[in-house]
Amino acid sequence: MTQATPIKIWDIPGGIHPPENKHQSTANGLEVAPLPARLILPLQQHIGARAEPVVSVGDRVLKGQLLAEANGLVSCPLHAPTSGTVSAIGPAPYPHASGLEEWAITLESDGQDEWTDLEPISDFRALESAPLLEMIRLAGISGLGGAGFPTAVKINARPEQKIHSLIINGTECEPYITADDTAMRYKATEIVAGIEILRHILHPEEVLVGIEDNKSEAIAAMREAVGERDIRIVPFPTKYPSGGEKQLIQILTGKEVPSGGLPADIGMVCQNIGTLLAIHDAIILGQPLIKRITTLTGEALTHPTNVEALIGTPIRDLLEFAGLQPDRLYRLVMGGPMMGFTLQSMDAPVIKTSNCLLAGTLEELPPPPVAQPCIRCGLCSEACPAMLLPQQLHWFALGKEYDQLKRLNLFDCIECGCCSYVCPSSIPLVQYYRASKSEIRALELQQHKAEHSKQRFEQRQQRLQREAEQKEADRKARADKAARMKAAKEAGTASPDTPAPAEPDVARVTAQKPAGLNAEQKQLKIAAATAQMALKKAQKQVAANPDNAELKAQVPVLEQAWREAQQRFDASLGEASVKATPAPSAGADDETKRLKIEAAMLRASLKKAERAAGDTPTEEQEKEIYALREQVAVAEARLPKETAAKKPVDENLKKAKLDAAMAKAALKKAERAQADNMDDPALQEEVERCRDILTEALHTLEQAEANTSQPVPERERVDKKPIDEATRQRKTELAMAKAAYKKAEQSFKQAQEANADTGAAQAELDRTKEALNTAAKALAEHMASKETD
Amino acid sequence: MGIVVTAILVLLGLALIFGAILGYAAIRFKVEGDPIVDQINAVLPQTQCGQCGHPGCKPYAEGIANGGEPINKCPPGGEATIQALADLLDVEPLPLDAEHGEEKPRMVAYIREAECIGCTKCIQACPVDAILGAAKQMHTVIVDECTGCDLCVEPCPVDCIDMLPLPTTPQNWKWDYPLPGKTLIATDAQRGAA
Amino acid sequence: MALVRMTSPHARGNNRTQTIMLWVVAATLPGVLAMTWFFGFGTLINIILASVVTLGVEALILRLRKRPVSFFVTDGSALVTAWLLALALPPLSPWWLVVIAASFAIVFGKQLYGGLGQNPFNPAMLGYAVVLISFPVEMTSWAAWRGIEQSIPDVSATLGLLDALRQVFGFSAQAIDGWAHATPLDILKTNSGLTINELATSQPVFGTLGGNIWEWINLAYLAGGLLLIYKRIVSWHAPLGMLAALAIMSLLFWGGSGSDSNGSPMFHLFSGATMLGAFFIVTDPVSCATSKLGRIVFGAGVGVLVYVIRAWGGYPDAVAFAVLLMNLTAPTIDYYTTPRTYGHRKAERGMGKVD
Repeated sequence: MTQATPIKIWDIPGGIHPPENKHQSTANGLEVAPLPARLILPLQQHIGARAEPVVSVGDRVLKGQLLAEANGLVSCPLHAPTSGTVSAIGPAPYPHASGLEEWAITLESDGQDEWTDLEPISDFRALESAPLLEMIRLAGISGLGGAGFPTAVKINARPEQKIHSLIINGTECEPYITADDTAMRYKATEIVAGIEILRHILHPEEVLVGIEDNKSEAIAAMREAVGERDIRIVPFPTKYPSGGEKQLIQILTGKEVPSGGLPADIGMVCQNIGTLLAIHDAIILGQPLIKRITTLTGEALTHPTNVEALIGTPIRDLLEFAGLQPDRLYRLVMGGPMMGFTLQSMDAPVIKTSNCLLAGTLEELPPPPVAQPCIRCGLCSEACPAMLLPQQLHWFALGKEYDQLKRLNLFDCIECGCCSYVCPSSIPLVQYYRASKSEIRALELQQHKAEHSKQRFEQRQQRLQREAEQKEADRKARADKAARMKAAKEAGTASPDTPAPAEPDVARVTAQKPAGLNAEQKQLKIAAATAQMALKKAQKQVAANPDNAELKAQVPVLEQAWREAQQRFDASLGEASVKATPAPSAGADDETKRLKIEAAMLRASLKKAERAAGDTPTEEQEKEIYALREQVAVAEARLPKETAAKKPVDENLKKAKLDAAMAKAALKKAERAQADNMDDPALQEEVERCRDILTEALHTLEQAEANTSQPVPERERVDKKPIDEATRQRKTELAMAKAAYKKAEQSFKQAQEANADTGAAQAELDRTKEALNTAAKALAEHMASKETD
Repeated sequence: MGIVVTAILVLLGLALIFGAILGYAAIRFKVEGDPIVDQINAVLPQTQCGQCGHPGCKPYAEGIANGGEPINKCPPGGEATIQALADLLDVEPLPLDAEHGEEKPRMVAYIREAECIGCTKCIQACPVDAILGAAKQMHTVIVDECTGCDLCVEPCPVDCIDMLPLPTTPQNWKWDYPLPGKTLIATDAQRGAA
Repeated sequence: MALVRMTSPHARGNNRTQTIMLWVVAATLPGVLAMTWFFGFGTLINIILASVVTLGVEALILRLRKRPVSFFVTDGSALVTAWLLALALPPLSPWWLVVIAASFAIVFGKQLYGGLGQNPFNPAMLGYAVVLISFPVEMTSWAAWRGIEQSIPDVSATLGLLDALRQVFGFSAQAIDGWAHATPLDILKTNSGLTINELATSQPVFGTLGGNIWEWINLAYLAGGLLLIYKRIVSWHAPLGMLAALAIMSLLFWGGSGSDSNGSPMFHLFSGATMLGAFFIVTDPVSCATSKLGRIVFGAGVGVLVYVIRAWGGYPDAVAFAVLLMNLTAPTIDYYTTPRTYGHRKAERGMGKVD
């Protein structure tokens, strides 16, 4: 030993001396757990982002092969602990206090335990820090002491900060746990090799190995393995929780890790014994982290021991190996009795951070007595190693005063459990702190999210406003242009003979207006506009005086005249644009638009005429309507194919959908009202009425869907009373029959109008009527039978 | 008589002096910045759901600050927000106004994509642009951005949007507070929860 | 198989509230013995009477408040209140005095605030203060002590059980003058003409340290208190604060041994209820400050107030008032004596409001 000056041992405030209960599991040395048939490998065994699987179900993998890669910097890859087949990737039992499942790769072991190719490093000293760190990262090593922070990240947490002290945590202060003790006893050489690797990476000025003085065998073994190296083994008095990273640093150096900071901030790195073993395996043997030493202890086990278990081994397998007496098991704890968490299922696997499985009996770990009120005795604050005021924290946690909790540094609580342990009122203090901490974190997250949502909302508002402004500006620009044009026209070409277009559609005119019209085009245009005006006037007059046959006769003539004028103008335009520039696509669109508008206008006139004609049209009226219909057909034919065919149908469909949705809403409302007032017959009626409307609307919708060329969206109408398949079938049939009937009716009428032979049409009409009646009856019967059910 | 006049004069003088002091203080110590509306807005949950009857959280904040709106109209914020507002404005906390809805666990909208007809109505309704999609294309909700305001549910013509609670995972799981021991009886427990 | 879900720690110590309470009671035993020796059965009658009343009233109120009765009555806190109150009251006090003080202590001092752990004031001292203000004559009539007849022949101590009972329950025709006597603090307070030496010779009640018998009683409480500290039932902070402050105050304002003397530090430390207060009253955790530093400040505050009231106030002894006054300040003390948390440069002190 070359320890020149003895290391000063500092004391930590507080702390307790619970019964150690360590001897039970140290008697049998270090055993190797049998190879399990199935391994569950959770993708989240570390702090940070969940690992990303790189294998798929059915793949055969070899021992040590990469199963999932690190997802980001603070993450950890995962390797196959044995050879076998990936049988599932998905939620699986997970060792967590919540008992919830977590994504995992399930591996069926093939029993061969066949290694993949390994790349051991014979002389790590020949390598720089960076490649060594990378190897540690790729080996999937995260802290094996409990927190599971990815080791490579931890070593390199503060790249700019010189690390002067490397502290090795061999404290293991929790009762029952002897995993690190066992590792030091039987694997001291490997541990020291791991220390050497870290030393090579970090070049610290001193290396301190802190071990509690209740592990004399471990201390002796480590001393022997260290030999003449400049590594100091520092035994210090046993006290819980001296194994906490911050506490150990305080004991060995007297310094405190700043709140919210890392040991690296004060030039220190602290590593656990198990982690060092893993580093040794990763560098010297080239093996990724696929196994760990775990303590199996507790009075429910007949053979408490320490085992080298593969990561992913189901807990049940390990406990059975240690002689579990299921009837005696009361509380199953992963970790120690002070900081471990209970497991509700033995199906969960051992993961990288599982240092102990404590299978306690009822007598060993009895439920705590009912909590009494806090009498502020202060024993907790005397026991607190973080120098907090647990009784005050408890008080504020009860009142959920999160600001006060933060002020009293709740987040410096290491949840060691000393306060709960000493509390004479047996108040579950740690649980209060955990609940408050997660509540505060959730609130902060929520606050953060609210802020984020606010920003998104405001950005959206701005965007909408911008759009509205843009629209407004465009509209204004168009109006200005039109006004200018009109002014120019009035100033330049106004002649008393040519009636100026009184109120042309400004938008249309501007949209339509090509950049420069030559004189001929202008002439043509004016002619077309005049013709249009005349036509419109005539139509108006016809609408006003439906009985004036003369007027009506004029309309088609005017129409014809206008169309010709327009066509001439169009033709000249087309020539011009072909001549001048390649036709802009916008122009084509505009053309379509224009045609559409025309068609729509014609349709409107037709409707108007039809309305005027009423149920008993005069001969003239019928003629007129017929003519209009013809025109509509012509206009629609001129529309580009797909719009003409589809658009109106789509419109119908949309309208039908909207009607259906409205009817549904109305029905819901009525039903709600009725639910409040069950006995009101008026409401009952209202509901019935709404239901009828809805049925009707649904029919129309179905019909519209049947008519449309659009693929019918697959969907299931979710309703208060979902329509069953049979009803739907019948309803569809009915709708179809109705449609067929209507069509027949139409052709019949047309035949009549055309004074053609109505015989065939009449027969068709009768046939469809029959079919409609049958369908309606079938539906009614079906509904009736359903009601009686 | 002289005494009365003196008294009046003295009081008048005092009134003038104090008035001047107060007037000066009002100018000198005028509180600038961070207007109350922003402070109130910061407390609101920013779901922009409109359940309060205002088109968004900020308008409600303005309503509270300027229009004397009651502080209990925000169901997504629930008791916590009411308490925070009560603290901020130094008024008595009120129970949540049930007329505007009930406090529910935080929800997230899910679109049953097979049923979506791509109408973009929900996209237009979403106050935080959390729905992705285009006309005739399936829409989907960006879960992380969704505030659970359920404004997209109503406009959907085919009812394919569900409001579902966020699933609990080991990552967001929370420890419960210990059950009250024998200290508390039912009435106390309620008070404690408030 | 149903495995339980429980929060850590899964192991816990065997410390219980009852244990703590019973230790406090046990630690008063030397003092109880001393008082019984000097004053006869009056002290024991006080204790029994107060215990019965407090437990009964506690059970009654718990029942009214719909709380589990046996769970709370057995926690021992009411018993401690009863004992401390009984020891503070003069022996041979009339029974109704004890009943009033004990009921008030439990009802108004404890249960109305929400029971154990919720009371801002020390219940025993609250009960004591109420009867002290309401019944000054009874409260300042301390029983004569064993051996008084040797120096003052007209007064004799009531040492027998039957006599004591008769006295307490009002069947005795004996006038107060016949069995009661002033305490040394009382005498010193009302003294105007005599020097300390003259007082000591004329009044046999004065002893070598404080009062003749009082010094023994205080020594007995001191022994009990040291036991509590040794057993870590109470921390040393508050008692040390109080005794140190009292000693310093009495040293500063000693005023020599003339007729205007306020008494020596030794006199103050070993007179009246000093030691009872320092180890059993001030250390009441519920109404005391929380942190270690806070407890020192709290104790010191009590010490200063005790001296101020004794020297310049209207009452001969002052532990009750001093403690109650300091109870008022305990929350504030807590806010300003928060310890520095691990990893923080300095402690977070103050009210924690950012207005």
